Amino acid sequence: MSRNITLSIFRYNPNIPGDTPRMQDYKLEEYSGMTLFVALNEIREKQDPTLMFDFVCRAAICGSCAMLINGRPGLACKTLTKNLPSRFTLMPLPVFKLIGDLSVDTGTWFRNLQVRTESWIHTNKKFDPNALEVRMSNETAEAIYEPERCIECGCCVATCITANIREDFIGATGINRVSRFLIDPRDERTDREYFEVVGNEDGAFGCVGLMACDDYCPMEVPLQKQLALVRRKMAAAGLKLDLKGMKIS
Amino acid sequence: MSAKHTHITDVVVVGAGLAAERSAIEAASAGLNVIILSLVPPRRSHSTAAQGGMQASLGNAAMAKGDNPQIHFEDTVKGSDWGCDQEVAKMFTETVPIMIRQLDYWGVPWNRVVAGKKKLPSGLEVEDTKDKEGLITARDFGGVAKWRCCYTSDGTGHTVQFVVDTVVCKMGITVHDRMEAISLIHDGETCLGVVARCLRTGDLNVYLAKSTVIATGGAGRLYAASTNAVINEGTGGAIALNTGLVPLGNMEAVQFHPTGMPPVWILMTEGARGDGGYLLDKNLHRFMPDYEPKKKELASRDVVSRRMIQHIRAGYGVESKYAPQHLWLDIRHLGRKWVWTNLREIATIAMNFNGLDPAKDLVPVLPTQHYTMGGIRTNKHGFAYGLKGLFAIGEAACWDLHGFNRLGGNSLAETVTAGYLVGIQLAKYTLGATQKFDYKLVEGFVKKEEERIKNLISGKNGKENVWEIRAAAQNAMMDHVHIFRTGKSLQEGVAKLQELYKRSLKIGLRSSGQGANPELAQALRMPGMIRTSLCIAYGALMRTESRGSHFREDFPKRDDVNWLKRTLAYWKEGADLPTLDYEPVACPYMPPGDRGYGEATAPAKGK
Repeated sequence: MSRNITLSIFRYNPNIPGDTPRMQDYKLEEYSGMTLFVALNEIREKQDPTLMFDFVCRAAICGSCAMLINGRPGLACKTLTKNLPSRFTLMPLPVFKLIGDLSVDTGTWFRNLQVRTESWIHTNKKFDPNALEVRMSNETAEAIYEPERCIECGCCVATCITANIREDFIGATGINRVSRFLIDPRDERTDREYFEVVGNEDGAFGCVGLMACDDYCPMEVPLQKQLALVRRKMAAAGLKLDLKGMKIS
Repeated sequence: MSAKHTHITDVVVVGAGLAAERSAIEAASAGLNVIILSLVPPRRSHSTAAQGGMQASLGNAAMAKGDNPQIHFEDTVKGSDWGCDQEVAKMFTETVPIMIRQLDYWGVPWNRVVAGKKKLPSGLEVEDTKDKEGLITARDFGGVAKWRCCYTSDGTGHTVQFVVDTVVCKMGITVHDRMEAISLIHDGETCLGVVARCLRTGDLNVYLAKSTVIATGGAGRLYAASTNAVINEGTGGAIALNTGLVPLGNMEAVQFHPTGMPPVWILMTEGARGDGGYLLDKNLHRFMPDYEPKKKELASRDVVSRRMIQHIRAGYGVESKYAPQHLWLDIRHLGRKWVWTNLREIATIAMNFNGLDPAKDLVPVLPTQHYTMGGIRTNKHGFAYGLKGLFAIGEAACWDLHGFNRLGGNSLAETVTAGYLVGIQLAKYTLGATQKFDYKLVEGFVKKEEERIKNLISGKNGKENVWEIRAAAQNAMMDHVHIFRTGKSLQEGVAKLQELYKRSLKIGLRSSGQGANPELAQALRMPGMIRTSLCIAYGALMRTESRGSHFREDFPKRDDVNWLKRTLAYWKEGADLPTLDYEPVACPYMPPGDRGYGEATAPAKGK
């Protein structure tokens, strides 16, 4: 049984002089297996060629298509319309700069995050092309892979109260990214050095613990667990800075 | 009106996937200024979608014992059906183990060897020895003699791209994302840079550079069904072809991956079969051993894809809601823990899109367009034919590692290895080059693009609908230039594409084209996309033999006497067909022989 659905979509292109933000309705006939990827492309190709949105992989692995789907952040490409009411809204992610309609600039935001948190392996070792790789247990490799799976879609940032209020907060994705290096034996940074990067209100201590990030992560990255790890480490590192000689673990 | 911004740099890299970023790192390491242009932020590039792994002969895993670059080389040449450049394959197989270890040094969490005895799904018992514990492990893949595919679960492209991008961030290399190169600037001898359109504002930008590198990936979206990301429209090759000077090599060599998942055509990694998965037909019979007694599900991709279609044609396809005809991928016997740890990405995809849990459900699969072996023809150091200062790497290029069929796991491996090797050469070239400024020439190229945009908006040349033309061209490729090809059908396909090409020159927008208008972006690409499709279709029509993925039912045998050569397709101004030229393919190390799988080796028919 097919049904008719109405997509109420946020429209605004800041590059067109005089354009104003508004909601616009589009009607479609739904068919079996229809995703928002299919629906939005059909609207663009048959009804409105100006509609802006972002898709790349359409397989829920590249993180391009996050948007507010009926008020909740999610990846449009893997959202089946049959799981939505016959009328629903699509809005761009908050926090990120709007490019137009449903398209936001996550690229600039995340690049700044990498640079600010120095999210790369810090090591004094030189790469030796003639040497074997340094051994690592498979368990450690799998533990690093877990937070590394983050696709930087921005859902956790969009849903975060702190990130919506404070521009410089690095969000769950940022704290998770740091955790990935924290548990990586190849990174030689001390806890104290990490403390300088995330031991503050824009980092691990800015989180107020509502944990919507954990609920809405489309990759099911264990954000709560990674956040707790970083906070514990940073709290210990912070206390150590003040109470020299006391052993806290 | 003229270009909004002009950027002057030593090297401009078009694309931000793995080949692009790896070459940028090498150029920046030599002290050069580099700007990367990309349709999307680097971490959204299609490289991140690579699942199964990277081939490198580390020889650590139990089933990898005794592996070395020579065996990897031989597998690659056989896989290519002797179509590849053997010198390139040699360089590549010798360098790739170092690349894997460098990626490890940079932070890729490669899965590691765990010592102990293991029973494989095939029943074979193996032992990973204590002396290898903790070193980088590998899984089995198609068309290989040893287990050689290094991996991080089945998200290898993701981890490798993210880690390489950390190095780009650390080095402070400039990235302009949402910036699409729409034409090359050149004086007939030397490439001077690109004209690019900003996908945030719609403004035109000029990038002037001593060296221009094209690393824009494949052209899968020339087909209606492809595993490729929607951005893979072959635009980098198209702007090179458009110069009339730079040829595309072997475009008829298109890979169809055995296991795309209908109805969304997302890839199910070869790692699923590498780890012991089966292909089943409508009777739930495991049919591949009937056709390929030696390699079974793990013959090369071209062979497995053909055997699957052959089996469906014999009446054993499954009819279901997923597709009118398909087969099943069965990995249930690998166990829940294995599936949801080592094949987690595809398990999630099967769950997301079809509600199937591969630990207990069969997954529908059908061969699907997957990889473009052809591309901008370069020499073995990545220098494009036809223009100085122009380089190409990765899937966009044909330097030519893959010949007529790429082995699984060799593409991700190629991206970083070529990025590194070509990066060294392009840095050397750039350090010795002088910047050319010819303002009038540059203005001419900008004007030409402005004119195209103006005409598309005003509808001066016609009112053809870009989306209708794109769909028709994609369907023509599906109907006429697919896995099994015949002269008659290819001829029809070429005729359809020629007609569509003419129509593509008469596209007129329905919208205003203001700002970063998506209809305008598509309309600007469309003629170049069809020119590229014609290179594929016409090249396939003229190649009257079967080699690797190019299979002609009317010429079913490989013909080394007449066709041990590479197609070079040029597009002359005003033409509606490419001009084809050929160059010999040398076989200095390994003369043409038997692949050890495929129709020539095992003509046995299924039951």
